[in-house]
Amino acid sequence: MIWVDTIVQGVLLGGLYALFAAGLSLVFGIMRLVNLAHGDLIVLAAYLILFVVTVLGVHPLVAVLLAAPMMFAIGWGLQRLILTRTLGDDILPPLLVTFGLSIVIQNALLEGFTADSQRIPMGAIETASVALGPVSVGLIPLLTFASAVLVIFALNQLFYRTSLGRAFRAVSDDPTTAQLMGIRPASVFATATGIAMVVVTIAALYLGVRSNFDPTIGPARLIYAFEAVIIGGLGSLWGTLAGGIIIGVAQTLGGSINPEWQILSGHIAFLVVLLIWPRGLFPRAFD
Amino acid sequence: MTLLSTHGLTAFYGDFQALFGVDLTLGAGETLAIIGANGAGKSTLLRSVCGLIPAASGMIRFDGADVGALSAPEIMALGIAMVPEGRRLFPSLSVEENLLIGTYGRKTQGTWSLSTVYDLFPVLRERRHNPGTALSGGQQQMVAIGRALMSNPRVLLCDEISLGLAPVVIKDIYAALPRIKEGGTSVIVVEQDIGQALRVADRVVCMMEGRITLEGTPARLTRAVIHDAYFGARV
Ligand SMILES: Nc1ncnc2c1ncn2[C@@H]1O[C@H](COP(=O)(O)OP(=O)(O)O)[C@@H](O)[C@H]1O
Ligand SMILES: [Mg+2]
Repeated sequence: MIWVDTIVQGVLLGGLYALFAAGLSLVFGIMRLVNLAHGDLIVLAAYLILFVVTVLGVHPLVAVLLAAPMMFAIGWGLQRLILTRTLGDDILPPLLVTFGLSIVIQNALLEGFTADSQRIPMGAIETASVALGPVSVGLIPLLTFASAVLVIFALNQLFYRTSLGRAFRAVSDDPTTAQLMGIRPASVFATATGIAMVVVTIAALYLGVRSNFDPTIGPARLIYAFEAVIIGGLGSLWGTLAGGIIIGVAQTLGGSINPEWQILSGHIAFLVVLLIWPRGLFPRAFD
Repeated sequence: MTLLSTHGLTAFYGDFQALFGVDLTLGAGETLAIIGANGAGKSTLLRSVCGLIPAASGMIRFDGADVGALSAPEIMALGIAMVPEGRRLFPSLSVEENLLIGTYGRKTQGTWSLSTVYDLFPVLRERRHNPGTALSGGQQQMVAIGRALMSNPRVLLCDEISLGLAPVVIKDIYAALPRIKEGGTSVIVVEQDIGQALRVADRVVCMMEGRITLEGTPARLTRAVIHDAYFGARV
């Protein structure tokens, strides 16, 4: 029974990693841009939520609703003003620029909010748990997982069922011909990054409610997100959820054997999956 | 009435000059054929008109306005649609999605919609849920033409729609042109193969080395004259 419990906790943890990764996966799928500042943007959003909670005295869920459009605007502007200039045949400029951006965000947060660790206060719900058959799971981890499934479902609907989603896929296939359809690639990319930042805001809520955060923890969160995206298959959103779950389960299983093995076993699972399926679990047909 | 015209249009790829002062006119409701050998500058001319490459000098007028400085999406929104050389369907999109995306920058009520495009090319209706690139070359060309029609353009630019297709398929595709004309769209067809283009065109322009070398109606142009304009005068 203890195993079932461990695996369920791992699956739920995977939901958190999938939330971290979904925005990354979306942006990569559309513009082949690897954003090394993604983890720091999650931390930035967590501070933004905390700031709104503190200043306006509203519930964190309300703060998310206020922070999300602000993060959309930040993502839109970031893409329009900076990231769009790095896109091209060479993959190095986006890596260098987003690496620099990561350092800029960390230092700006240190200046603005100090190095003290923070937490987003959610009240009694933080410790509440529900019985799920034989196992008892925390309400917050359950909400995290449900949010991850919902976010990925919504992104998939957007991608495959809407006019904007068609434009995302068309621009990613062939930006020149897309312009002949009246699509402005730079504006579509900016919208995509804006949407990714809305997902980042949702991820930031759970990051900040579940554990302490400080300005420097972004890059460590980014690693799990990357691993989830890569073993899921680059650009596949459901693959990203599967990837997150694999890493989450590996971590809790490893941690239940020996707490020191928790992080390591996640990375080992990542390597094993890549050895067996070098293109990830759900590779895209066209790359 | 002139709908679209270029005046002294030049275009460059880096240092290489591909167009040398091209003057072209297209009347409302007219079908114009531009013929010329490989490398004559036909595609460059179409790409300049639809805003994909900036005109180095000269002017492009559409419906009375100077559109030379506009971007490709802006020109598309005005009603100039392009069927690019090599069809260029979007591989991630199904046949139907490829058609639907043709309206992204210009949504108008008019002759052309999903159902009328399927009536024009019935084989596409059966295959509408297939990936665009799973189709035969001829069917892909039909999707590319349909995709351009979906925005109910005022001008349709067709770049070598017969390229790489069997003669019977080319005939099928050219059979659609009169129906496209009836819908009120002016058409420019660019071809290396003279046969089909001359049959549908009201007027013919021949290009060589970035310049227009001959212009006239199909009835008045003999094969010998076209041959000279196409390959250069015989010495
Ligand atoms: N992208 C490009 N870069 C450099 N030169 C080009 C490019 N595209 C075409 N050219 C050159 O421009 C000239 C005209 O080409 P193009 O307009 O494609 O001719 P056509 O369509 O009549 O075959 C050719 O000499 C060709 O080599
Ligand atoms: Mg050409």
